Amino acid sequence: MYSDKVMDHFMNPRNVGEIENPDAVGQVGNPKCGDIMKMYLRIENDVITDVKFKTFGCGSAIATSSMATEIIKGKTIKEALRLTNSAVADALDGLPPVKMHCSVLAEQAVKSAIYDYATKNDLYFEELEGFDPNEEHDHHDHGDDHC
Amino acid sequence: MKVYLDYAATTPVKKEVLEEMLPYFNQHYGNPSSIHSFGRESKKVIDLARDRIAKTLAAKSDEIFFTGGGSEADNWAIKGVAYALKSKGNHIITSKIEHHAVLHTCQQLEKEGFEITYLDVDHHGLINLEDLRRAIRNNTILITIMYANNEIGTVQPIKAIADIAKENSILLHTDAVQAYGSFKINPEILGIDLLSISAHKIYGPKGVGALYIKKGTKIHPLLHGGAQEKRRRAGTENLPGIVGFGKAAEIAYNNIEEHTEKLINYRDQLINKLMGKIPYTRLNGHPTKRLPGNVNISFEFIEGESLLLSLDMVGIAGSSGSACTSGSLDPSHVLMGIGLSHEIAHGSLRLSLGDLTTQEEIDYVIQHLPPIVERLRQMSPLYEKVKGEAKSV
Repeated sequence: MYSDKVMDHFMNPRNVGEIENPDAVGQVGNPKCGDIMKMYLRIENDVITDVKFKTFGCGSAIATSSMATEIIKGKTIKEALRLTNSAVADALDGLPPVKMHCSVLAEQAVKSAIYDYATKNDLYFEELEGFDPNEEHDHHDHGDDHC
Repeated sequence: MKVYLDYAATTPVKKEVLEEMLPYFNQHYGNPSSIHSFGRESKKVIDLARDRIAKTLAAKSDEIFFTGGGSEADNWAIKGVAYALKSKGNHIITSKIEHHAVLHTCQQLEKEGFEITYLDVDHHGLINLEDLRRAIRNNTILITIMYANNEIGTVQPIKAIADIAKENSILLHTDAVQAYGSFKINPEILGIDLLSISAHKIYGPKGVGALYIKKGTKIHPLLHGGAQEKRRRAGTENLPGIVGFGKAAEIAYNNIEEHTEKLINYRDQLINKLMGKIPYTRLNGHPTKRLPGNVNISFEFIEGESLLLSLDMVGIAGSSGSACTSGSLDPSHVLMGIGLSHEIAHGSLRLSLGDLTTQEEIDYVIQHLPPIVERLRQMSPLYEKVKGEAKSV
């Protein structure tokens, strides 16, 4: 069901943990839906110098969090904001269709953390136009209810 | 090490069962409806299988009807009675934690104009007998309540349910797919009119089951066609499957006491040791009124699918009521039915034990599960908060 890469990132997740006194924190998802991602960023001169995550969720939720952190580490904020869910999924050699929402959640976790950074530092990023970190994300692309 | 603990999903076919089945694929392959010697031979072994199964239920052979599995037996019992008795009434009572073979059948009947009452269950998964009494109307034609639940193992007070059904002259069907082979069931003494069973849960082949229909019970056929099964279930019989079912049933009931005693011992070891070693857990289902081989525990702060994947990496096969394992968004209706919050339901693990389970396997699980739970908790943002609170105390 999962690619070897997904299993690798699930069993050996990169950048798992917390950052003490982070420059930004973002959290998306909710326990009701069975997945929560929390992302911590260290940002120096607009560059993400360190990133850590914690995730409650299924195998692909953990793997997409891991992959997203790996992709954005060392990138500028602008570059990180261009991260798409399909880039995360592709980097993992694909996800089963019912698990694509996990990659959406990973993208939103990154955006949510950068949104926190922007708010704290009074910065404006056009990529965050319309992004609401507190909205009940409709990250499940199937079904008809709350998740 | 490979440890299969998903016997409630399905069981391996026993060697003796397979051996008895094999000749009926290509040596004795006659159609049981044929008049020639080939056909008569096949008819004879079907009758033998029917006798063997009837014996396990202390029933008459002509009360056993073979089906294509447990789901068909459930569908047949419910739809068959509903259609047969619709001039008498259109109300059926069931529970919220039935198998989908019952629930979805009831939902289909709702679309056809029947009225269904779905009884709540308590936090152990037991229905309330007073609720059942109150749900009965003068147009109630059927009560269908499972004998034992497939996910949480809770065993319903089926005798008391049957007594209420009888007092009100309502037919009772029970889905005994999980209970059959674990309990001695006598439908006549219990007062059960219809009872569904399946071969592949008792070390028989997949794709064959049976419906016990008490003599005189009004029921319409589900499948129309030939005159098989006394004109009640058309279709050429699954000869090897039925032979295997008969043998598996005989074996299951030959050493049922020994079997259940062993399973209860392993089950309680797993429950007690896992819950003793791992904090923030919850036993789902009734502590004692439960299937001998059923363990169902929720581990807080983690999600079931990641738990199953991690267990699979060390060779342990279990199952979960998590939404992520079902392809739907919501956790299992059974776990929601016993009142679990979504997050607790997401973190559930079912380990179901069986004949081939060994003490070594139980020890292996007790050794490997706690570090897996801890690893996933260390990754979980929900656990952070709890650890923080624990530290600050």
